[in-house]
Amino acid sequence: MTQNTIYTPYHPRWHRTRVSTYWWLARGSYFLFILRELSSLAVAWFVVYLLMLISAVSKGNDAYQQLLHWSGTPFALFMNIGSFVFVVLHAVTWFNLAPQAMVVKVGSRRVPGFLIAGSNYAGWVVVSIAIVALLFIQW
Amino acid sequence: MSERITLQVARYRPERESEIQFESYELPCPKEWVVLDGLNHIKDRIDGTLSYRWSCRMGICGSCGMLVNGEPKLTCATFLSDYAPGPVRVEPLRNFPVIRDLVVEIGDFMGKLARVKPWIVRDSEKPLSEGEYRQTPEELDNYKQFSMCINCMLCYSACPIYGLDPHFIGPAAIALAQRYNLDSRDQGAAERMQILSEHDGIWGCTFVGECTKVCPKHVDPAGAIQRYKLQSAVEWVKAFVLPRAAQ
Repeated sequence: MTQNTIYTPYHPRWHRTRVSTYWWLARGSYFLFILRELSSLAVAWFVVYLLMLISAVSKGNDAYQQLLHWSGTPFALFMNIGSFVFVVLHAVTWFNLAPQAMVVKVGSRRVPGFLIAGSNYAGWVVVSIAIVALLFIQW
Repeated sequence: MSERITLQVARYRPERESEIQFESYELPCPKEWVVLDGLNHIKDRIDGTLSYRWSCRMGICGSCGMLVNGEPKLTCATFLSDYAPGPVRVEPLRNFPVIRDLVVEIGDFMGKLARVKPWIVRDSEKPLSEGEYRQTPEELDNYKQFSMCINCMLCYSACPIYGLDPHFIGPAAIALAQRYNLDSRDQGAAERMQILSEHDGIWGCTFVGECTKVCPKHVDPAGAIQRYKLQSAVEWVKAFVLPRAAQ
């Protein structure tokens, strides 16, 4: 498409308003959108943290204890708590947007959006309960 | 309710000024007046040089889109009394070059609209003797929502992506492409997909969602784009897993 782009011709008497660098502060919805985009960095951080955890476990108990100790430092706590908040935002906004992208039909009737979002939330709760159960079950 | 209201109207007269200026006009504010009535009052009684587009006055033609207190609105469907005691700021649509006062240049949108082929594409027409192409109510419901678009361009004005990247084909054009893709009589989905699956097409959208919020006809262009993305991704996976079947 870029090759076929037809630019609006320059016209010296047309007024063009430049988009402000801070356009995302102009409206609450724009700001929330930017936060949602930034939350992908938090997801990336959790991936890195998971890889660090796997690496430490594979190296043995000393390395694992060292990582646990590092995880209690203010920097690691700040990163993990901050990332958790952003990942929750990421998940909630994603689930809320799902009904717009998915058209599910039962027979000829479209399933209402709140049921699609609701099933996402229900899945989230079930998986979370399963993980918590795994943590507390004595093997 | 106040009986008079002040309209702060953006004026741009290229022969006189290089920047947009605001001029204030004090108007009567009957409860049945919409912003467009206020502009018509200014044009008829106060300043005949004010330029703006309008036609039907009933939310059908899509001509009178402007920013009202910073929000993209059809001025024929926006009541002045909702903004009392004012002032009410009226500006040209954001993200478009301004030709004069409240009139914006829409050639970019019109070009993009034509590129997505918003008409029924057929590989071959059936003979007239076979009659019309019939549809069931369910088939009509599939695309009816997207067919309500009146090309008012409020969605382009609300979309920060279009403002930042004018190459982006934009919400209304994609919603109208989807309208024809979902039409049981149409066979042009593959042609449109080639155009819209490029970076400046559906993948340019980052789902801010403002286009859907400002749409006066509840078309949900953001939903159309996300559905298109899902469809495009499924097509890509099919082509990857079953390359022969996708051809």
